[in-house]
Amino acid sequence: MDLNLLQFSDWILQAPGWIQMCPEFLQEICYQFFVTFIYRDNWQFFAKGLKVTFQTTLGALLVGVLIGVIIAVVRSAHDSSRKNPNVLLRVGNALCKLYLTVIRGTPAMVQLLIMNFVIMRPRGDNALLMCAIITFGINSGAYVAEIVRSGIMSINAGQMEAGRSLGLNYAKTMRFIIIPQAIKNILPALGNELITLVKETSIVTVIALQDVTKAAQIVQSKTYIAFMPYIGLAVIYLVIVMILTKLLNLFERRLRASDRR
Amino acid sequence: MIDVKNLQKSFGDHEVLKGIDEHIEKGEKVVIIGASGSGKSTFLRCLNLLEEPTGGEIIFEGMNITSAKTDINVIRRKMGMVFQQFNLFPHLSVKENIKLAPVKLGVMKEEEAEQRAKQLLERVGLPDKADSFPAQLSGGQQQRIAIARALAMNPDVMLFDEPTSALDPEMVGEVLEIMKELAEDGMTMVVVTHEMGFARQVATRVMFMDQGVIAEQNEPEAFFSNPQHPRLRDFLSKVL
Repeated sequence: MDLNLLQFSDWILQAPGWIQMCPEFLQEICYQFFVTFIYRDNWQFFAKGLKVTFQTTLGALLVGVLIGVIIAVVRSAHDSSRKNPNVLLRVGNALCKLYLTVIRGTPAMVQLLIMNFVIMRPRGDNALLMCAIITFGINSGAYVAEIVRSGIMSINAGQMEAGRSLGLNYAKTMRFIIIPQAIKNILPALGNELITLVKETSIVTVIALQDVTKAAQIVQSKTYIAFMPYIGLAVIYLVIVMILTKLLNLFERRLRASDRR
Repeated sequence: MIDVKNLQKSFGDHEVLKGIDEHIEKGEKVVIIGASGSGKSTFLRCLNLLEEPTGGEIIFEGMNITSAKTDINVIRRKMGMVFQQFNLFPHLSVKENIKLAPVKLGVMKEEEAEQRAKQLLERVGLPDKADSFPAQLSGGQQQRIAIARALAMNPDVMLFDEPTSALDPEMVGEVLEIMKELAEDGMTMVVVTHEMGFARQVATRVMFMDQGVIAEQNEPEAFFSNPQHPRLRDFLSKVL
């Protein structure tokens, strides 16, 4: 045990008067809060961890959406060319299906372990972060692909025909006509994916990347207090998700502007 | 301008077009009528390859568009199409709907397309709707915008696939009026429709399709006053 750790009995003597007036369990909570977040600037662990969590999430989201859109377009192009699609498309489609099967069929934790210890073997903090971003990006891409594909399928076939009849090729029609409308339809599902992603990044602790979850573990091991770091951690995730939900709602409302009648 | 040789189209075992030979001259206004399921829409949609023919050839302005070597996207710029369900792009404003193809295909600069859009909106009588979204417009207005959008690429021929069939009766007139003006300006037009009045007034030639073939065709006066084919007589007695 860390003999230098501030004990409750010492802390309470120097605590402000209003805390000393409180019932004992509140005093205990205040003590834990102090030791977990304020004492020896422990909040810095959480702040740095949060940064890593955000970096991982945003990076993975970017990679995921990129992969997802490409795969969704390949799969849709394949499915919509009724009579014998060309070889390239068929190979592409088969690869996409393989990717979807493997990625959705194995746990993200296992993928992370494989990426870290077998494939990339990163050295240093930046490499570690990159490893996490790539892993979660690839993982998320599989789910985003199916979400985007559902969005593409939700658009009336007449939209594709109208675009093509004007002389736009398949890719341009997708980019300017189908995808913008599809995104609007899939925004709730994409938001869901983002929220899942934020929380799922907490498993990067197994590759020793210091995200916000790892920060809580570090603080626990330093203070021998479990309650406050973990409850605090839960609250942090909860607040992030609530803010994201709010932002997504705002974004959705703006995209719906063209629906007004 | 358009040469159709032994055009065939099947959906699985279902044979929709059973070998059509046809020639459409520049400046002609061809109206195609027929019962539903007769293959008239499929024929029209084959002309710009929205439906891929299963047999035969289509030659447009000297190019075989059914050949795999032809870039169909270039051909389609010269063939405007108007759909029964309008198919405007709901996420774009009216102006952007019209400008999209010319700008994204690099045919026009942004300002040029802007001018063209204004001019086209003037032409279809909706200059004040430039910044509206499709969902804010009536069916008739939407279809007029769709015509303007198809005209934005300066096509050589306009294909109309039942342009008034999805409209409320009181809006049919405004769309037909635009089409009539277009015809008077000399546009080559191929129109699938149930509007017999339009066929009589505007067409230079009326075709009757039945069971995947063109059963009869004539200039409108003779077509309506003196039909030969028994099925055409039967059809006309029902719709007139």
